[in-house]
Amino acid sequence: MSSLRRGWRALTWYVTGVLGESDYQRYVAHLRRVHPDAAVPTVGEFWRDRYAAQDADPGARCC
Amino acid sequence: MRSPEHVELVRNNPDLPPVAVIDRRPMTTSKKLIFAAIGVVAAVAWALVAFVRGESVNGAYFVVAAVGTYVVAYRFYARLIEYKVVRPRDDRATPGEEHENGRDFAPTDRRVLFGHHFAAIAGAGPLVGPVLAAQMGYLPGTIWIIIGAVLAGCVQDYLVLWLSTRRRGRSLGQMIRDEMGSIGGAAGLIGVFVIMIIILAVLALVVVNALAESPWGVFSVGMTIPIALFMGVYLRYIRPGRVSEVSIIGVVLLVLAIVAGGWVADTPWGAETFTLEPVTVAWLIVGYGFLASVLPVWLLLAPRDYLSTFMKVGTIILLAVGVIVAQPAVQAPAISSFAVEGNGPAFAGSLFPFLFITIACGALSGFHALISSGTTPKLVEKESQLRLIGYGGMLTESFVAIMALVTAISIDQHLYFTMNAPATLTGGEPGSAADYVNGLGLAGPPVTGEEIQSAADGVGEESIISRTGGAPTLAFGMSQILGSFLGGASMQAFWYHFAIMFEALFILTTVDAGTRVARFMLSDTLGNLGGPLKKFRDPSWRVGAWICSIVVCGLWGAILLMGVTDPLGGINTLFPLFGIANQLLAAMALALVTVVVVKKGYLRWAWIPAVPLLWDLAVTMTASYQKIFSPEPSLGYWAQHNAFREARAAGETSFGTAADPAAMDAVIRNTFLQGTLSIIFAVLVLVVALVALWVCVKAIRAGGLPTTEEPDARSATFAPSGLIPTDAEKEVAAQWAAYYEENPDKLRTGTHA
Repeated sequence: MSSLRRGWRALTWYVTGVLGESDYQRYVAHLRRVHPDAAVPTVGEFWRDRYAAQDADPGARCC
Repeated sequence: MRSPEHVELVRNNPDLPPVAVIDRRPMTTSKKLIFAAIGVVAAVAWALVAFVRGESVNGAYFVVAAVGTYVVAYRFYARLIEYKVVRPRDDRATPGEEHENGRDFAPTDRRVLFGHHFAAIAGAGPLVGPVLAAQMGYLPGTIWIIIGAVLAGCVQDYLVLWLSTRRRGRSLGQMIRDEMGSIGGAAGLIGVFVIMIIILAVLALVVVNALAESPWGVFSVGMTIPIALFMGVYLRYIRPGRVSEVSIIGVVLLVLAIVAGGWVADTPWGAETFTLEPVTVAWLIVGYGFLASVLPVWLLLAPRDYLSTFMKVGTIILLAVGVIVAQPAVQAPAISSFAVEGNGPAFAGSLFPFLFITIACGALSGFHALISSGTTPKLVEKESQLRLIGYGGMLTESFVAIMALVTAISIDQHLYFTMNAPATLTGGEPGSAADYVNGLGLAGPPVTGEEIQSAADGVGEESIISRTGGAPTLAFGMSQILGSFLGGASMQAFWYHFAIMFEALFILTTVDAGTRVARFMLSDTLGNLGGPLKKFRDPSWRVGAWICSIVVCGLWGAILLMGVTDPLGGINTLFPLFGIANQLLAAMALALVTVVVVKKGYLRWAWIPAVPLLWDLAVTMTASYQKIFSPEPSLGYWAQHNAFREARAAGETSFGTAADPAAMDAVIRNTFLQGTLSIIFAVLVLVVALVALWVCVKAIRAGGLPTTEEPDARSATFAPSGLIPTDAEKEVAAQWAAYYEENPDKLRTGTHA
């Protein structure tokens, strides 16, 4: 059972990593470590900023 | 740890655990035996592919030969490149570590980054090119996809990734300017822009050919737009940040859309509403491209990208399982007569150089250089991981291409050419198409018109005749392979439209993002011209964005419409241009890499990028030469142009495949444009190649020159290099885990798991 749970956790860790879902946690952890005084954005704010940044500088997708 | 005397642990700070493991231990005997066994199995599979003939060639041999070769190449050739050229230094901080901001610069676990990078490089290209190249038989395509990837494509991806990682993630164009001066830089910039336009046009043409006259396809692909809009709104207002949740909902809706497409296409109103002419589909796609490039990212582009990633990985796994389980028998010959005589219906030209042009993605794709510079270098944790991400990522794409090839060559040869010959040859009717393909002298029993029609009925399409572009052929092959063990004949139509759906999804995602990127390049270039145009530099200036989007969509839209209405068959004339463009971009990237390697003084190892560069130049320059100067009208754009002009001047009202004067004018116009583009591409790349040669000579005379590599910054983290950590790496990782346990405030986000 525990190996099943570990497998599930590894899978969700991987999928959320590749899709970028875990980027919010990563950003918050980064802020807490490097800029402990900075205000931490909410999930909604983080994604708004992120899409705004993508609007300004899109990444290429390949053929 | 085994023989620790050969393992060096590098520390940057005596208070911290080591930041790098330099492992000089020789291979263990058991490992040597394993690699020898893999080598032998791969060699046997290659021998079976190369020498066995007829229906007894099994599709699974190709998979074994490919995977075996990849393992050996990754372990030995990529390692050689690593030792001699890349010389990774894990005590050096990567841009992600040095400039970490938690957003675009963020050290990311190597396995996650591998998935990320692969999703960015792989699209419809490796699925389409091999399918078209199958007209030359299976052997040349197989050799080029596997060997080309190992010696050229992976080398390019790996080394461009290395250059960009050592330069704070700078883009390809910028690096060309920095290392080769402003002339090379300008040629590079224009080249990238023109190439982007042609790639967008040809990919859109593939979608048009897959969706025209197919109500099922139009409905289900059209439904992806409301699905993406729904996902965008959901992510913004209902549950922000729940990307995987919304992606799963999206995929379920997508499958429903495919099923519903079958119902809709069965109703009279559905068939009437969604059966569209090719020109209508083309205009819809141009309009879509424009809207997608001016709408906010969160609404359409980002959710499509999530769907595309999910479908990409899922479908590729499905296809791999399908080929291994179904083990389809190969129907194509090893080398067809078209390869020798150069008169194939899917695309003109003989084996050299046109096979190597047609299969660009999957073997050597210049477009990857744009991905390998920019995004990925800002996310990598350690320089030694570049081999896994750059070289390994491209090997995976090559594997996708091999499966696409296996799918195409396991289709009945008569049906394959029915689908891939232009309508002017097949006549568009089952009877005439059967007559045409039976006259080609193909292996296997001749086909009848009824058989062609029943093949179309089997996949739920009105017709499969002259559905050029590769996507319908791949979908047809996939429906046979997957139908053979998942759902049988009744599911064939579903699998066909499933395949059409994911190809269209990939391509439309590329079209969205590509239009946006090209628009930015255009506004940047205009802004840099100065004067009143300076305003274009401001990305938030909506009017400027609209103008540039219209220009970009107009450019690729014009080429797309030209291809759609071309009496000679759009894919037949435009696909070579696409391949040449992509490979020329690769020539620019490889020229840059060669220049840097020579500047750094690694002259002895300059052949590693120089051999693929010379090969690529030989291929692209021969192809360009033939396209420009060949007196054969089916091959040379100008020969065709002049033939039609003379016929027109002589007062003829029909000529060749053009039935009326308007069609003749279309050919005259199209060949002029294609010929001109060929000349522009060739000149741009020659400029870059000559500048590269000149810089190399200067560097050799001076005994090396400084490069624009960023100065060293000392790393303060650790991460394993390969997919599976070694025992030495595990020990160091354990030291870091203990250190973070004591100092939880120091824990970096990239170092988890």
